[in-house]
Formats: sequence, structure tokens, C-alpha cells
Amino acid sequence: MSYIRKPKVTHPGLARNKLGLTARDYEGAISTLCAGCGHDSITAAIVRAVFELNVKPHMLAKMSGIGCSSKTPAYFVSEAHGFNSVHGRMPSVTTGANAANRDLMYIGLSGDGDSLSIGVGQFVHAIRRNLNMCYIIENNGVYGLTKGQFSATADIGSKPKKGQPNTQEPIDPVSMALSLGATYIARSFSGDREQLVPLIKAALIHRGFALLDIISPCVTFNDHEGSTKSYAHTRQFYHHVVDMDYVPPAEDIKAAYADGDVMPIKMHDGSTILLRKVDKNYDPTSRALSFKYLRERFNAGEITTGLLYLDEARPEMHELMGNVDTPLSQLPLDELHPGKDELKKLQDRYR
Amino acid sequence: MKPTDTSKPEYFHKVVDCQWGCPAHTDVPAYIRMIAQGQFSDAYMENRKSNVFPGILGRVCDRPCEPVCRRGRVEDKPVAICRLKRVAADHRDDITDRLPQPPESDNGKKVALIGAGCASLTVANDLRPLGYEVTIFEALKTTGGLMRTNIPQFRLPPSVLDEEIGYILDMGVDLQLNHPVESLKSLLDEGYDAIFVGSGAPRGKNLVLPGRYDSERIHIGIEWLESVAFEHIKTIGKNVLIIGVGNTAMDCCRSSLRLGADVVKVMARKPRGFFKASTWELEDAEEENVEILVNHSPTEFVIEDGKLVGMKFELMEYNIDAEGGIDRGTVTDEIVISCDDVILAIGQDNAFPWVEHDIGIEFDEWDCPIVNDSTMMCTREGVFFGGDSAFGPKNIIWAVEHAHQAAISIHRYCQNEDIEDRLPDGLNLVSQKMGMHEWSFSNDYDAAPRRLMPHVDLKERFKKLDIEVELGFTLEQTIKEVERCLNCDIQTVFSAKLCIECDACLDICPVNCLTITHNGDEQDLRSRLSAPAENYEQALYVSADLPQTGRVMVKDEDLCVHCSLCAERCPTGAWDMQKSELILAYAGDEENEERLKSASGGRAHKG
Repeated sequence: MSYIRKPKVTHPGLARNKLGLTARDYEGAISTLCAGCGHDSITAAIVRAVFELNVKPHMLAKMSGIGCSSKTPAYFVSEAHGFNSVHGRMPSVTTGANAANRDLMYIGLSGDGDSLSIGVGQFVHAIRRNLNMCYIIENNGVYGLTKGQFSATADIGSKPKKGQPNTQEPIDPVSMALSLGATYIARSFSGDREQLVPLIKAALIHRGFALLDIISPCVTFNDHEGSTKSYAHTRQFYHHVVDMDYVPPAEDIKAAYADGDVMPIKMHDGSTILLRKVDKNYDPTSRALSFKYLRERFNAGEITTGLLYLDEARPEMHELMGNVDTPLSQLPLDELHPGKDELKKLQDRYR
Repeated sequence: MKPTDTSKPEYFHKVVDCQWGCPAHTDVPAYIRMIAQGQFSDAYMENRKSNVFPGILGRVCDRPCEPVCRRGRVEDKPVAICRLKRVAADHRDDITDRLPQPPESDNGKKVALIGAGCASLTVANDLRPLGYEVTIFEALKTTGGLMRTNIPQFRLPPSVLDEEIGYILDMGVDLQLNHPVESLKSLLDEGYDAIFVGSGAPRGKNLVLPGRYDSERIHIGIEWLESVAFEHIKTIGKNVLIIGVGNTAMDCCRSSLRLGADVVKVMARKPRGFFKASTWELEDAEEENVEILVNHSPTEFVIEDGKLVGMKFELMEYNIDAEGGIDRGTVTDEIVISCDDVILAIGQDNAFPWVEHDIGIEFDEWDCPIVNDSTMMCTREGVFFGGDSAFGPKNIIWAVEHAHQAAISIHRYCQNEDIEDRLPDGLNLVSQKMGMHEWSFSNDYDAAPRRLMPHVDLKERFKKLDIEVELGFTLEQTIKEVERCLNCDIQTVFSAKLCIECDACLDICPVNCLTITHNGDEQDLRSRLSAPAENYEQALYVSADLPQTGRVMVKDEDLCVHCSLCAERCPTGAWDMQKSELILAYAGDEENEERLKSASGGRAHKG
């Protein structure tokens, strides 16, 4: 929380993207979260990602529920669309919005409470229908807005600021998404901007449900010694398994190949992601192997990060349902709503 | 890069561009904040501490502070520092009881000062309170030197000069007017403990071309200005040419307009961009419809029937290379421009016909005494120089600074102390945090453009020679202008051991001056920062290794607007806003316990 707004003054040498905008043009209101909150860092990474992707602000929709995480859409791209829904209901509202206008780029901001406690049912079904969106869980292991009680992602043995250590099994959104068939799954850390920005960019471009589980330390209630979601703990047990570069459609991929150990994956829009496997044993295209690997590393106390699973082939919601290419919101009224007679004809077909 | 060493005063001093650029190191941001709070007398005294003549300098300073002002890099126009200085002087209350006081008793040492200009007066200001008997020898009938004779009254009213010079003379300085020193040798024989030469650079350069001595209507600029100041000259022809385009030329052309000239042309040999005059002086002259003709190289004074009728010029063409260098030019044509008078304003030289060559003073190749630029002493012990007489024409503020240094030397010399062994500068840092998000200064960035000085109406101002053209800022202008100051003296101070690398400061910085990255050499680091860092004049502030990842925090000082948001967003207080106060040494500070205490306190900060 600050008393003054971020001054409008900018560095005269600030870079501009293809739309002629600077990264500053993608900012929003000044954050009212605690100073040092990981969420603010993720906000800054999103700003960087949409700036680099040349996203037109009016083609972006920011969706959220309730919680510290869900306040963050106010802090980036002021000119974008936004919907702040009830607690845990962001996936359904996004489903509705996406059903009506499939042309927008959807980014959902949620937290461990919003997605894995009150909204867990919504979360799993959004994955099941492979809703085309970038779904970010800002994961800090506590309910920050209600003064730091443990959430469903708190690790066993993690110490709270006051009271007893956690004894219940944590829910791991990454394993959950893997088992449910999400098509883009990544984990990262708010303190690793270099890893985070390309992951967000590819998640926004990916067609289908892209989950980003981002460890985002709660600087007020979960950044002390004994916490397993603190800045220090995350950095200590941080394990890069797959580093990734995002290469936009028009650019030469060859230039980005640093060594022979790079695995290129073509995205549906012509862009490419280049995977550099830090651990040669890892295969981010195999669901079964990924699951096994992640479980092993988890048991070893490591936090596995990077792009963990990718499937560009699976159809997303509109394709599964065979919808028209034109967003429903842009269809002329007589096509969208053909009238009673057409409805009767349709019903007759099933009699 | 190694972690930046902030234990020496130089690092944070240099961040305060205006104070670093000012030869006398006036604490500009501090006095601007005082003005902002209506403390005009305090602001005046803060100025006076270092520059001695705030009212004079608030009008006619060369303003080395303004071209280096950070605001000029962030936007295009610097803070109107000089104008604000005048605000402090214009609105001050009676400050006589806050001035240096005459000593209770003299210390038995006698010092002679040659010339009653800004340099000698500053030496008197510094030494008289310590008990020195000070005698000023002045050739003219009045004080002020070139400040009075060469700066026209419409820019610097005599009342302002009299008042600020009076503050010094009133301490009991023995002033000998109409008393030119004809021989330094005989003055040395009079038994002074030290002698200070502050006689300026009083000789205007001549331009010897055919016809130079065939008319009395060809004048040397600074001599002509002096005659105007003393009312020996009260008129000039209708059609005047000024040769040269420095600040003296600007004073000559504007004075001519007030003495009856209708058409005044300033003749420049080179194109715009190569003029010596300050931009604001050029603007003020052009506002008065003075025409500046470029690429005219004078070749001959045209005399007909014993009367000056014009001047012949070669028209020049120059090639300017990529670095802005200019060649000698080629002549393309020749032209005669008619005129009634010509004023030569092409520079001035030192002249020491009264300094003998056999008294232990060594001279350089230009026949000027060799002077040590830190002690201001020449090769003869006990003889000191300052102002234009030391290193050739500079400006008032340089003369004041020379004089402060000379006063320190004279004091040490007279006390039989080593004059090379001088007190170092000190620097104090004090946190400005008042609460969670409150700072003791106005930290928000105000996008207001620079205020413009109001001028007397273009017709009205020519009625008399002494109508001051600049009216001074109004209260409304002052309120706006003070907020343009970026408070560069409120430093961003970083403690690496507290940083948890949450990136909050990086993200909030409006001008992208912060980066956390792996260390490298300067060239390499500059290529990897959040925003281009191409201004090598401005330092990179590099931290020690950060505790969690071993990376470093790098701040490019270039464009920081000192908004404090990095410190506000920092959860651990690794960033703090701390006011730096530079502690400068003046004569007699060795005996000043307060000063010694504060200066040693200033060394406490460790980065």
C-alpha cells in the first residue's frame, strides 16, 4: 500500500512493442497488497508477458474470484476487460465468458484457497472441459486475507507464524491437473522472473487449459523460518527441470538454439517453444512419466519447476462442442437466435 | 563490479548533480525545500554559507548547476534553480543577526586583499570573523569589481550589490578605494601576514584589423561597459555592431539599446551551437530584437573621411563532423555592414603589470602567475590568488569557491599550519522515514513544466538604463517550481543483507532504474539492466552479494526521480531514503568543535 501513485514519468529509452506501447502502458492501479508480496511480482511478470506478446489490451479478459490473488487483476492492464466473481466461481464465469466470446485471451487469477478449497469443484471441471484460458494459482499456502491460517496447499510440517505445524496432506494442483488431463501444466516461483515470463507467454498462447502453479510467498504470514513457502525455502529447494524459451511466430528458431539439447514444440499459432531439459530423464510430453517424476521429487522435498507437461493436440472446449468459429457475441441476432420455428424443427428431430 | 563504496562523501555527493556541478557546492535541494516551506530567510542563509552572494547570484550566476540538473535528463528543462535562489533573497526577512559577526578582538594578523570584487570580499567574509585585520585595496571608486562595472544595472541593481557587499564590509573591513596597487613588491614590504590577489581579468581583448585606430567609435566591450556603469558614456550611435557572441556581447548589445541605438547586430564568426553566451542570455537579447548574424568573420573597419561607416566581413561556411567538431571554414563571399559604432566583445585576459618578476613568483607561458589549484597559493609563500586572476576568466561562483579555499590556506598559513593538510569533506546520512508510507519530504513527482521568468514590458524597460528587466518569480510560480526539484539529496540507500529479492522495488520504479542480476563488469552490467543505461557519467550503485541467490542489486543513478517508492514497497527496509548533507570545510573549521563532530559523524555509513 502506498500513498502516492506510481508517477507517470518514464525512462526516455523505454522499449516499445509492435503496437507502439511501452510496458508501462500495460500497468494498472497501484497494488494495495503488502509490500513484498509475491503476487505483485507475478503481476509484473504478466505485464511483461502481455507487453512482449503485443496483446491488444481490449482483447484481454482478466478473471478472478476472492482473495489476495483475486485482487491482482486491478493491478495490470487497466484497459482490459475484467470480472471479479464470487469466491471460487471464477472458472464457471470464465467458461461463460469464453463460450460467448472465444476471441478474447482469458487470464484467470486465483489462489490456493480460491481454487483448492472453496472452488476446487469448479477448478477440476474447467480442466475437464479444457477451457481455453491461462489459469494462474498464486500459491502461498496460507489464507493471507484472513490473517494467515493454513490453506489446502500447506506442506506437512510447515510452521505457521503462531500455533502448531500443519499435519494434513497438501493438495498439489500440478498432480491434480495432470490426472485430470490439463494440456499445459507448469510450476514456477514469483521470485524467478526469467522463468516465469516465457511460461506465462506460452500459457496465454496455448489453446486449451493452461495451469500455472506459482509459489508466491506471503511476506506477512508465511515468510518466516520453518515455512515451506517462504522466499528462502523456495530458493533453497528450487529445482529447474525444464527451462523454456518462447519464440514468436515470425522469428527464426535456429537463432535461439544454443546447443543441440533443445526440444522445439510448435504452437497452434505458429510460435514455437523451445524446451531445454535440465534433467535429461524428464519428458514433459508423457503424462505417466511426469506424474512419477514429480511424485519422486516431491518426496525428496524438492520443488520441481518449469514446463512440466504439454499437449498441443487435444481439442479445447469449443472444438469439443463443435461450436462455430465466430464468437457467439458477434453472430447476428437471427443466427444466434433463429426463433421458435427453428427450435421446434430441432426438437422434432429427436422425437 | 565491486560493491559501491559509499563510505566516502564523493559517491552520494555526485548523485546530487546540482550540488556537484556548483563550484561552491551549494546545497540546492535543501534550500529549495526551505523555500517550499516559506522559510525564505533560512534558504537565504543556506545559500550564503557557500556562495556568499545569494541576491547577486540569484540574478547573474552562470548556473553551472542547471545544465547538469537531473530534471533536465528526465524531461527537457532543468529546475529553475537560479530563479529560486533569487526568490529566497527577495523574500527574506532581516537576517543581519544571522550573519558572521565581527570578532571580539583581532588576532594580530593582517591580510591585504587586492581588488574589491567577489573573490576578495569572500576572503574577507571568511577571515574577518576569525580576527584577521583585513584591508581591501581597490583601484576604482567603488566596490564590486566586474560585478558592478561589467554587469549592467538592468540585470543587477546596484542596491542588491551594495546590500550584500555591505554585510561583509560592516564586519570592520578596511576598504581603500581609489587605491590601485602599482607594485606587489612594495605591498609585500608593508608587513602583511598574507596577501590575496583578487584583481580579476581586467583587460578586454583587442581586435587589430585595418582601420582599428582610425576612429574613436570602436570600443572594447568591458571598458565600454565600465564607462557606461560610471556614466562616462551616456549615448551611442543608432546603428551598432557587436563583435563576439559571449555573455559580455549580450550585455553590450542590450546596453546599447538603452543608450539610444535603434539597430544592434551581434556578429558571430561561427554558427549557433558554438556561441559562448549562455542560452538564457541569448534568449533575453533576442527578446529585445537584437539580431545575431552567424558565419561573419570580421576583416576590416571601413573608414570614410575619417569616420567609421561600417565593417567588412567574410562570409564563412563550415563543416561540422559527427562528434560536433567544426573545421576552420571556407570563405564564400565578402560583405560590408554599415554601422556607427563597433563594440569588441571577444574575450578578456589577465594582466599583471604590477607584479614584479623578481619576487619569487613564477609565471607561466601566458605570463600569468602559477597558482596551486587546491591551496590557491602561488610559488611565493604567503601570496594567494583567486577568481579570474587565478586561472583566467571564469565566473562569480568560481571566484567565490577559489576565495573560500584561499581563506582556508591563509588561515592555516598565518597559524603556521601546513596548508596542504586540509579538513576533508564529510557527509551525513539521516533517514527521512516518518511512518509506514510517509516521508519528511514531498516525494511525489510533479509533472509541471519549468516556469518562465516574467519580464518588464518591452517598451517600458528601455526608458532608463537601470530598470531591472526580470521581475522575479511570483508566489504561484515559486510554489510550482519548487515541486519540480527531485530532491536528489534524499538518497536511495540499500542494505544487501536485508534483501529477500521479492522484486517489489524493481516493479514499482517508474523509471526502471533497478535490476537484480548476476554480477559482471560495468560494460556487461550496463547491457543487462532493466532499461538502457548509456549515460556513463552517472554511476551504477552496485550492492554486495544478495543473501539468497548471490546476485546483486544494481541501481542506475541516471534517471532516479527519488520518489521513494522502492523504499515504500520494500518489506524489509533494505531500501531507505536518507538525506545526505555534505559538510564542507571553511576557514577556521579546525577550531570549530560542532563542525568536527558532525563531520566525523558523517563517516559512519557503511553500505
